[in-house]
Amino acid sequence: MTNAQRNEAARRWDGPYRPYDLIKEVVIATVVVAAIAVLMAVLLSSPDAKPSTIASWSRRRPVDFLATATAELDGTSDTAGYGPPYDHGSRGQHIAFIYLQEWLGVDHPINTAFDYVIDPLRSIPDDPALHSAISDYLVAPHAQQQRWATAYAAALEEAKVAGGTVSVASGSYGPVAPMMSALLGLAQSGGVDGALLTSRQFYQTDYTKPLLFLADGSELADRAESEHLLGTQWGMMNETGSYPGQVWLWLYTFWYQIEPFKSSPNADALVMLIMGVLSLAFILIPFIPGVRDIPRAIPIYRLIWREHYRAQREGGEGEAGGGPAPGPEVSPRS
Amino acid sequence: MPPERLLPDRQPSYVASWIYVFGALTIGALVVVIASGVILALKGPTWWHDTGVGHFFNSIHLWSVELFFFAMVVHLWGKFFMAAWRGGRARTWASGALTFLIAVGAAFTGYLSQQNFDSQWISTQAKDAMNSVGIGAFFNVTNFGQMYSYHVLLLTLAVVILVAAHVLLVRRHGVVPPLPLAQMRGSEHQLAGPDAGGVSRPPAEGGPGDELGGMRRPPPAGGDPEPPGSEPPWREGRDS
Repeated sequence: MTNAQRNEAARRWDGPYRPYDLIKEVVIATVVVAAIAVLMAVLLSSPDAKPSTIASWSRRRPVDFLATATAELDGTSDTAGYGPPYDHGSRGQHIAFIYLQEWLGVDHPINTAFDYVIDPLRSIPDDPALHSAISDYLVAPHAQQQRWATAYAAALEEAKVAGGTVSVASGSYGPVAPMMSALLGLAQSGGVDGALLTSRQFYQTDYTKPLLFLADGSELADRAESEHLLGTQWGMMNETGSYPGQVWLWLYTFWYQIEPFKSSPNADALVMLIMGVLSLAFILIPFIPGVRDIPRAIPIYRLIWREHYRAQREGGEGEAGGGPAPGPEVSPRS
Repeated sequence: MPPERLLPDRQPSYVASWIYVFGALTIGALVVVIASGVILALKGPTWWHDTGVGHFFNSIHLWSVELFFFAMVVHLWGKFFMAAWRGGRARTWASGALTFLIAVGAAFTGYLSQQNFDSQWISTQAKDAMNSVGIGAFFNVTNFGQMYSYHVLLLTLAVVILVAAHVLLVRRHGVVPPLPLAQMRGSEHQLAGPDAGGVSRPPAEGGPGDELGGMRRPPPAGGDPEPPGSEPPWREGRDS
């Protein structure tokens, strides 16, 4: 059989037909799925773990909040060193000489010191001492700012917590200590949540700033670990509680479990590249030699069409795509 | 395709396996997903957090999405093992595969639109993947408003359009015939004609069905068995 003949064979059917009602099948399928979905909803409901807020984080983990805020102030937090699209803290991830993250630029600018610390503190009215401390910090040389922040961050490791307040040993923290104390009070009252959503518009839907601030601390990661949502726990396909998550992302999260991706600083870019190539290949399977041959190597099709092959063996039907010669003529209404 | 050809009243006899049901189940699940999603959208994104009824419809939405992906994945695997792209059906396969990928994006933005801890965690993790290849500059997963728009309109509309195109392609090209048992590991898919980049098909001899790459039946020796004006049997199909 020539290639052209084989192609033609897959285009036609010389055998009998059977009655079929597409609308009926889709309606039945819809009713069945709806019934199962309602049953699952009644029996299992769905997860809805309450979101963390900066207020709840600062109340529950005041030391972690202060350590994170101090890192935002002195530019050592993850967000401060992230790079595009938030800042110029790094060039971002790359693949060989391709720096797409850098090339696409800073589209959602975040100045961690001002956005997360200075500006929220400035929103506190009627506190001359605080505003004086902010001024002192801003006029100080950068090296001095760093020394104050570094010393305060080190002191936080030995901090004592009582009633939601944090006390550190005496040290050379300059204005950083009163600033951080005021920021903790503002955060615990919910003021920082509001401050980070303030924009020139009354309405707001962009949660980039508060989410990145939260992500710089340990609040989200600790909750995620307890829910098996970390990357090392195949978390991308998991869900809070015991519910199924985005199981269809299994291949995507698989790459993060193995080397070299597991320890690569460019893991995200590499995995995106691999999944992009695989997705394209998935669409183009009909054109990829070898991959398109797999169905013939694995005879699952024999199971799918077993009734047809049985009928064919018994001589009850015409040849199905078996060659250019038409099979026995059968009424199309049969 | 003429409207009277959109709905088949018969199928080739080999379309007789449970695997063929999963295409219709996928469409059925999509209907439930959209219906429950419309109810949730009518009341706004915070409704389901505050009321039992809202939570119930969110649960239906979640489980119908899980069923949608389950049915679609089984459908895809089934079509893969049928080598369903044969005979000029490469576009049918490609539209189905693309539907799956876009649906993954639609579900992903749905998870980002939940406004709970799940959304917070997923968005702060997924931003790194998006940003690493520059997508984050214009597709900000931490912007709820943007993700909600993608979820309830843009990606859902794309899925619906792709599913419609997929079904039309199935109707146009028909259900792929069984692989010949006698044929060993071969390469007839390499001959899938212009659609699949294979060799060119011979000159058309069966009318429009040939141009369209549809399931073509050679003219019967004893005259046309079809009553005048009826639908050609080789144009049938419900699945790729």
